[in-house]
Amino acid sequence: MSIEVLTPGLSTTVQDQGRFGYYNVGLPQGGSLDAYSSQAANMLVANTVDEAVLECAYMGSNLSFDAESVIAVTGAEVSITINGESAPMWETLTVPSGGTVEFGMMTQGARFYIAVHGGIDVPVVLGSRSTYPLGRLGGFDGRKLEAGDVLPVGPATADLNAVPQKSVPVEARPEFSKQQELRVLMGLYDFRLTDKGKRNLVEEEWSLTPVADRAGLRYKGPGVEWREREQPFGAGSDPSNIVDAGYSVGSIQIPGGTQPIILHRDAVSGGGYAMVGTVISADMDVVARATPGTVTRFVEVTMDEALAARKVYKEALASLWA
Amino acid sequence: MTTKSTTTLPEARYTFGGDEFLFVEISEEMSLEANFRAMLIGRGLAEKKLDGIIELCPANASLLVRFDPDVIAPNSLETIIRDIEEGVVHSDTTTLETRIVEVPVWYSDPFTAEVVERFREGYHQNPSGTDLDYAAAVNELESAEAFIEAHHSSPWLVTMVGFVAGLPFMYQLVDREHQLQVPKYLTPRTDTPKLTIGHGGCFCALYSVRGAGGYQMFGVAAAPIFDPQQQGPDFADFMIFFKPGDIVKFRSIEEAEYYEIQEQVEQGTFSFKQTPVTFDLKRALDEGSAYNNVLMEALNVD
Repeated sequence: MSIEVLTPGLSTTVQDQGRFGYYNVGLPQGGSLDAYSSQAANMLVANTVDEAVLECAYMGSNLSFDAESVIAVTGAEVSITINGESAPMWETLTVPSGGTVEFGMMTQGARFYIAVHGGIDVPVVLGSRSTYPLGRLGGFDGRKLEAGDVLPVGPATADLNAVPQKSVPVEARPEFSKQQELRVLMGLYDFRLTDKGKRNLVEEEWSLTPVADRAGLRYKGPGVEWREREQPFGAGSDPSNIVDAGYSVGSIQIPGGTQPIILHRDAVSGGGYAMVGTVISADMDVVARATPGTVTRFVEVTMDEALAARKVYKEALASLWA
Repeated sequence: MTTKSTTTLPEARYTFGGDEFLFVEISEEMSLEANFRAMLIGRGLAEKKLDGIIELCPANASLLVRFDPDVIAPNSLETIIRDIEEGVVHSDTTTLETRIVEVPVWYSDPFTAEVVERFREGYHQNPSGTDLDYAAAVNELESAEAFIEAHHSSPWLVTMVGFVAGLPFMYQLVDREHQLQVPKYLTPRTDTPKLTIGHGGCFCALYSVRGAGGYQMFGVAAAPIFDPQQQGPDFADFMIFFKPGDIVKFRSIEEAEYYEIQEQVEQGTFSFKQTPVTFDLKRALDEGSAYNNVLMEALNVD
């Protein structure tokens, strides 16, 4: 069983829940950027959480199925047709043998997910099927999809009758808003900002620029100020430079002090720009849903608040599968 | 190296990167001692085989740990690492079992030269010259040749692997006055040839893959250091060649040898010349270039 890519979309990649254990040699975790939506898609087709799905950014891939298949589409709002007939998101869908699935333009959000019963069966590389394009590793040939690619579909791991839910209730679907609040644990090198610089970051509004992809998202706004100081040996001459160090996923860096960048799951594993805080784990999916122009506030929270939010997020994930 | 055999490092600084990362900064400054301490703390933590540790990344002068806070509480992890730090501070371990590797480099090559030409105005401090000329000038060396000589005559320690897959950051085993220091590009390039020998601040980086980069470019290594297909003999066990603690000796080669090595890589017969060594931090600090000669001689004993 396989799926042929008719049109590739803008940037469609094979993703699962990520590759762990190789960050110390520079391999990013990768994996679905909006993990909640990706898991919902797998749930709807009776996969486990580990099966690989397709992640489409901004524009979908049109696909042809060589055998009857069960699929689901979740995430950013997009219109779907199966052989020309309109079909809903967030539900278990059946594609007949030889059927074509096409997508319209996204109307809200930045990326949507397509899961197929059995999962996208590309080889597992270092524990994951996620695509790492810089290293040409994982996914389909280590790259985003192109027209004519034929994706193998794996054997089903569970009976379709075992689908926990055939649709995700509206109240359990994420919000795709042009206004976001992202909770941030300050720390790392935030002491290098002036008081005003820090206030600008957590009290003012920022707006997502078009420079936003799986590696990082760049925001514009009032800028920040760094404290004047003599740079430590080996750090580099700009006040936003540090001796190259490991980067937390979700950390915020502000090269030169102008535009904050949130590092996401395909980001470089380290570098020489001071990080001033980190988006909490519960809000990384929210970041993944932002489109350019999204008005964003960075809200400072404590570790206890971050852990409480993490618990709520984990419970929401668990209830998808209940 | 400096006559001082021990630098007193400050107590490490602990700070959380969100709810899943703990960042331990050994020192804000780069030094061999800080790197050595980061490695030892990393090893100490790895030996404990704690549940809930997801990633353990020693870096130049810091350590980044990713953990699952549902398995190990952030504060408990901090306490454990502080205990390890305490042990490391009071331990007299100054040696590391590692290897020295010879890396052939074609300096002043045409590949980086072509990219250098494309990124001048607005990117570079000195748009009218090459990166090598600029690096020589800011280090008060008389010529690009003198810079190249300084670059490959003393060995380097791999102090961090990361940024992209398998990219080693290296710190040269010379005292602080003799460290080659060059600012990064004014703004990053969108292109860097694969296997570029780059330099930013006091660090040499060997770009494992083609991509963006902000380091000055001096040459290209002849053989790959990242091989996702695992074709060459050096990649039988793992697709990434370098690890922190490796010692690197660059060897300057010319065009003909570059293409000979490329041919061997193509045929799957190339392997890096390398030999196991014990690296002694104390000797490196006390004896300087005499100790470097001991390390480099190990490469020439078959």
